[in-house]
Amino acid sequence: MQEPETRRPPAHAVWRWALIGLVVAGFAAAFGYVGGWLAPGRLTPKRIIDALQANGGEHPGFRRNHAKGICVAGRFESSGALAAYSTAPLFAPGDTPVVGRLAIPGGNPYAADSSVPIRSFALRFDLADGEQWRTGMNAMPVFPVSTAQAFYDLQLATHPDPATGKPDPAKPKAFFAAHPETAAFLAWIKTAKPSASYVTETYQSINAFYLRDAAEQRHAVRWKVVPEQPASGDGGPAAGDPDYLAADLAKRLGEGPLRWHLQMVFAAEGDPVDDATKVWPADRRTVDAGTIVIDRMQAQDDGPCRDVNYDPTILPRGIEVSNDPLLVARSAAYADSYLRRTSEEGHLPGTASPKENHP
Amino acid sequence: MSHADTFHPFARVLHWLMALAILSMLFVGAGMVTSVEARHAWLLAIHKPLGITIFVLALIRLGFRLTHPAPPLPADMPEWQKLAAHASHWLLYGLMIAMPLIGWGMLSAGNYPVTLGAGLRLPPILPSDAALFAWLREAHRYLAWLFFLTFLAHIGAALMHGLIRRDGVLQSMTGGRRSA
Repeated sequence: MQEPETRRPPAHAVWRWALIGLVVAGFAAAFGYVGGWLAPGRLTPKRIIDALQANGGEHPGFRRNHAKGICVAGRFESSGALAAYSTAPLFAPGDTPVVGRLAIPGGNPYAADSSVPIRSFALRFDLADGEQWRTGMNAMPVFPVSTAQAFYDLQLATHPDPATGKPDPAKPKAFFAAHPETAAFLAWIKTAKPSASYVTETYQSINAFYLRDAAEQRHAVRWKVVPEQPASGDGGPAAGDPDYLAADLAKRLGEGPLRWHLQMVFAAEGDPVDDATKVWPADRRTVDAGTIVIDRMQAQDDGPCRDVNYDPTILPRGIEVSNDPLLVARSAAYADSYLRRTSEEGHLPGTASPKENHP
Repeated sequence: MSHADTFHPFARVLHWLMALAILSMLFVGAGMVTSVEARHAWLLAIHKPLGITIFVLALIRLGFRLTHPAPPLPADMPEWQKLAAHASHWLLYGLMIAMPLIGWGMLSAGNYPVTLGAGLRLPPILPSDAALFAWLREAHRYLAWLFFLTFLAHIGAALMHGLIRRDGVLQSMTGGRRSA
C-alpha cells in the first residue's frame, strides 16, 4: 500500500508481542477450561460411560448400559383421554407407530437374564408430523440415586475387583451408608425377583416430566406402562437358559400381540418433581392415555432399535423435561455411548470392531 | 482514509456479528459435550438455532464477499504471510458453512429430530445411517478444533497487524483511523 516505506518499528515491541501472546493464550485457556481439558475434576459424559464400560466389560457395538436387549415394534393406540392435558399430537385419538426395545440393565450383552431383577422398556413414538417422543423406562418404582455424581460414584463403588470378579463388599456398603436417598430403592430390591417375562412387567418413567396443555398450563407427571398380560401362568423361567426372556417373548408374540396401557400419573401439590429416588403416593390421579400394542420382535444385532438412542429428553411439543438432574445427565451420557457404539459399527479409525457372531 | 482500504460497512457489521456468534458457538459446543449438568440442556438449546443462524449469515457473507472484493493486503507483506492470510480466510468461510451443515447432517443421520426450539424443526438432509452419523459427529468435533485454532491464528495475526506492523490491515476491519 501507500505507506510501508515510512513505517518504523513500534515502541515497546516486546510488550506488544506479549500482549498478543496473552490474548491468544487467554482464549486457548478459556476454551480448555470450558471443554474440560483444564478441569479434570469435572464429571463428564465420557467419565460416566467409562465407568459403565469398566463394570460391564468391552463389548464393541453394544450399548454401554442395558446392553442386552431385543427390538420390538408396533403402535400406540391413543384413547384421546390425555389430549386435554397435552398438545402432543400423539395423544389425540389415533395410532402412532413405535419402535421399542426390551432389555436388562448392565453393560454385558451376554449376561444371564436372571442376573438382575430389573427389566427395561424403551420406546420411540414416530409422530406423523416428524416429531418424536423417546422414553426409556425401568420396571422399578424409584431410581437408586438422584444425581449424576451419585450415579457415577455408585458405578465406582460396584466396580468388580479384577482379582475376584466381584465388587469389594465394603465399597457398596460405604456408598449406601453415605447416600440415604437410596433407601427406597434398597427396600424395593430386597424383595425384587427377576421376572420370567418382559411382558408381565410394569415399566415406569421414574423421572418426572411436564405435560403442556392448549391453555399453556403445565402438569407434572410420571408415566408407566402397565401390562394387560397377567403376571402368573407362565411357569417361571426355563432352567439353565440364560436367554429365557427372548424365548418367552417369541413364544408369546407367536400367540398374538402384547399390550400395555400408557398411564399418566399426575403429581399433587408438594410431590417431588426433580427427585427420582422418591415415590409418589399410590392414590395420585391417573389417566389412561391409550394402549401400546407390540406385534413383532427382532434381534437387536440388525433390528430397528439398534441405532436408536433412547434419549429421554427427545420430546414432542406438549411434553417437556422437568428439573430432574438425571434427565440431562442421561441425555449427555447416552449421546456418548451412542457415539461409541456407532463409531464401532461404522469401523471408524481407532475403534474396536463389533464381533460378527455372538457366543 | 480511502474506501478501498477498508471493508464495506456491511461486511464489517457481518464480520463482528459473526465473530461473536462463532466464538460463542465454539465455547457452547465445547461446554455442552463435556457437561452432565443442567447447562448441557440449555447450551444444546442455544447450539442448534445459533448454528443455523451462522449458516445463513455465512451464505450472505460469502455472496457479499464474492461481489465486493476485500481491500488489498499491504504490498510489503511477505508472500508466505499473504498466502497464509488468504488460505486462512477461505478456510474460515469453509468452516462457517460446513460446520452447521455437518451438524444438521449428523442429526439427520442419527435420526434425531432437528429441533430449533419454539416449535421449529428442520427436515432431515441425510438418510438415517448410524455409521454416517459417527463419521459426521467426529468430523464435527475435529473441525471445531480446526475452527478454534484458525480463530487463534486469525486474532493473533490481526493483533500483529495492528500492534507490530501497524499497516492498516486491522483497521480495515475495525474501521478506525489508519496509523500514520
